[in-house]
Amino acid sequence: MRYLPHTEEDVSSMLHAVGAEDMDGLFSMIPGNCKMEERLNLPEALTEWELNTLMDGLSEKMAVSPEYKIFMGAGSYNHYIPESVSYLLGRSEFSTAYTPYQPEISQGTLQAIYEYQTLVTRLLGMEVANASMHDGASALAEALLMAARVTKRKKVAISRLIHPYYRDVVRTYLEPGDYEIVELPRLENGTTDISGVAGMDDLAAVAIQSPNFFGCIEDLRTTGEVTHELGALFVLSFAEPLAYGLFKNPGCQGADIVCGEGQSLGIPQSFGGPGLGMFACRMKHVRDMPGRLVGKTTDMDGRPGFVLTLATREQHIRREKAKSNICTNNSLCALASAMYMASVGGTGIRELACLNYDKTEYLKRGLREAGLRIPFDSPTFNEFVVEFGEGFKDTYKKLLEQRIIAGVSLATWYPELSGHYLLCVTETMDREDMDALIKEVRS
Amino acid sequence: MKEFQGTSGLIFNEPLLWEKGKKGRRGFSMPRRDVVPSPVDEGLAGDGPDFPDLSEVDVVRHYTRLSQWNFGVDSGMYPLGSCTMKYTPKVNEREAALPGFAGAHPLLPPELSQGALELMYRLERYLAEITGMDAVTIQPAAGAHGELTGMLLIHAYHKSRGSHRSKIIVPDTAHGTNPASASLCGFNSVPVQSNEKGIISAEAVAAIMDEDTAGIMITNPNTLGLFEENIREIAEIVHSKGGLVYGDGANMNAVMGIVQMGKIGFDVMHLNLHKTFSTPHGGGGPGSGPVCVKNILEPFLPVPRIIKEGDEYRLSGEFPESIGKLQAFYGNFGVMIKACSYIISMGYEGLKRASQLAVLNANYIKENLKDSLYLPYNRPCMHECVFSDKFQEGEKITTLDIAKRLMDYGFHPPTIYFPLVVHGAMMIEPTETESKEDIDRFIKALKSIVAEAGKDSDLLKRAPTLPKVRRLDETAAARKPRLAG
Repeated sequence: MRYLPHTEEDVSSMLHAVGAEDMDGLFSMIPGNCKMEERLNLPEALTEWELNTLMDGLSEKMAVSPEYKIFMGAGSYNHYIPESVSYLLGRSEFSTAYTPYQPEISQGTLQAIYEYQTLVTRLLGMEVANASMHDGASALAEALLMAARVTKRKKVAISRLIHPYYRDVVRTYLEPGDYEIVELPRLENGTTDISGVAGMDDLAAVAIQSPNFFGCIEDLRTTGEVTHELGALFVLSFAEPLAYGLFKNPGCQGADIVCGEGQSLGIPQSFGGPGLGMFACRMKHVRDMPGRLVGKTTDMDGRPGFVLTLATREQHIRREKAKSNICTNNSLCALASAMYMASVGGTGIRELACLNYDKTEYLKRGLREAGLRIPFDSPTFNEFVVEFGEGFKDTYKKLLEQRIIAGVSLATWYPELSGHYLLCVTETMDREDMDALIKEVRS
Repeated sequence: MKEFQGTSGLIFNEPLLWEKGKKGRRGFSMPRRDVVPSPVDEGLAGDGPDFPDLSEVDVVRHYTRLSQWNFGVDSGMYPLGSCTMKYTPKVNEREAALPGFAGAHPLLPPELSQGALELMYRLERYLAEITGMDAVTIQPAAGAHGELTGMLLIHAYHKSRGSHRSKIIVPDTAHGTNPASASLCGFNSVPVQSNEKGIISAEAVAAIMDEDTAGIMITNPNTLGLFEENIREIAEIVHSKGGLVYGDGANMNAVMGIVQMGKIGFDVMHLNLHKTFSTPHGGGGPGSGPVCVKNILEPFLPVPRIIKEGDEYRLSGEFPESIGKLQAFYGNFGVMIKACSYIISMGYEGLKRASQLAVLNANYIKENLKDSLYLPYNRPCMHECVFSDKFQEGEKITTLDIAKRLMDYGFHPPTIYFPLVVHGAMMIEPTETESKEDIDRFIKALKSIVAEAGKDSDLLKRAPTLPKVRRLDETAAARKPRLAG
């Protein structure tokens, strides 16, 4: 096996050195009744070339862009990723390193993550960002647990327009504790109705998503004001951070914790993972924050350098009293997003976000002109809801045959919206692709 | 030191990202604009983030230089105990980057995503076989996420039987994630001490196991690199009081094809695909932490689950007793592809051989260094061995000094000051992918450092001198945190 360097000669001299007769002799401390007698039932080992054939075959069974025109978003977005990002990410000094516990020989990872933390604070308008969480959904769950720690309260209000899967994950995380979850309904315009929180003075957090699951931009400022009057923290979740290239960031509108999914920023969709949990908060709450943090310091000679810091929040120091159990996070994905943000740049991200917005508006306008109803009139980014009607299932199937995937049906999560679909457009979608969809749904 | 790899090389200085570039530069090929601009509500539009503008060359040089300040498995031996820093095969990167996988949307209809579903199904079956368990979820994102999943499963199991148990037994040798994961589930951790042999005795467990205890979390082999020999008796005691046995599989690399945890009393365990199954650690993730269970816990596994019907695969959420979802989608699919490729490349013989060689390498290091470094548990080890700095106390040299000096010799240090039961611990896990020559060089380097400690201890106190920076002021970093530029 090419990954195992030992020759038979190596093995026999090493066995001799340790005083074992053979390989079995190495395992003498394992009681006989714990050892397995039989072989593992695994397929015969493949060569590199056979493996390639097998994996090519499996991957070819998948429907992907550009062969398919996929108008699906719902938490996973198809954006162009510069080859330079993929290439740099392949530098194995980055990819084959562990968590940077030994800073002297991990300065590459450490400076890159410090830069990532900085870019995230600038994107979200926040004071501090951690080195990453697993994904947007688990980041939201951890944000609510953090809000409960900060406020010493156990009730949270979350918008029904937060991604349904994120809300599922929140329920999983909060189930064993003594928490109460209140769901906030939606308004006719496709944003959250927060009026119900009035008078709830035992709330730890109010959480909304913007752009929300329907693509609509929420009223962050009002939500922040109402939340703060209750002494609760305003938690803002997101699934499409590119929106902040164009729209006001959550920090300048009163958010206390901002958390979400960073897959949009240079990370392949990869059937839903790995993604990137982004997590940012106010500096005054940093000691209640989950996850790793990289900080700037100096070495013995006074030169600048970076280390993992504020580790007294973490499991390897605090064990059962830790702020979170997270250890391995999604560091390489954080690095990918930093490389992406650096490549696109400040001027570029604005332009790219505008292009995404304009293309989405083009499709929205076209569908409206084709006689379809766009039920929610709030401004949107990249995604919007369209009412195709009850009988659309057959058309959807017909479109699949033409390699067009006409969005995601909302009926699964919002039974009252049967016949409604969530459509997504990014910079990867050409006008001809959108025209083709408009033409098909018109007829 | 000429025979060792450590050397200063040519190291470039490189400023922070935002200290480079000029407004108007760009490292991104902006897609063609084929639609007209649409007005944006002025009250909603912002200024956009204050990112630097860089050219593609700026970005490429920046990260290439940063990468050169890093040490990875591809740079050299990385014997970080309990982290299993084995070689990460390159072909697996190719498979994960295949356009059909990397470009796949997670909500594709099942008929258009059979390839991914089949791969996930296969991986679940392989992991069930390797662990001797009945069912598997590959949704958890990392080891600690797997532990949380396992604790939630145990919580749901007891709840389904109408009982509420408040405690969980955690040995003193456990990873910090174990008690932290238990806490997240509302369990109080009850510590159990390892005995003079470095393992848990059945009597110690019997003394504290009661009917308010949900179960026990055991890492096997444990973090001292020792096999928990009493596991069957311990499992019987826990089961007899209605508890469940959780296995932390971080050290599974020692026993593939040798021990099936499902057959020796474990009810639930997690694996770390980024340890045992060779996927790259990425400077701290992404990982993947599948959880393998016996039949009694299967109804509670996270949804969606992958179902095979005939030759077709689909996702199903129809498991009413499920604990729910742990991630938005199905887990770190990109990592699963690499682990699955590894298992398929190794086969049964390859995996068993890997465990045998991992154990051989660790014992070889233990035998060759036990006269130079104090070995608190002098008995055969599994995939890792734990020394301490006790012999160096007279020279006022600590584990930290030895670890830092190893860098100058061109090696990554072992895990230090863990497990907590050994004062000044050095936990060395070479893995099977290190050759005898590299291990001999590592042994020689440590012996040379021990000799330096006796002659010129200042060399160790000042170490490292060759990397980009020297020892960093961690106290100042924590006292006045500077977390963004």
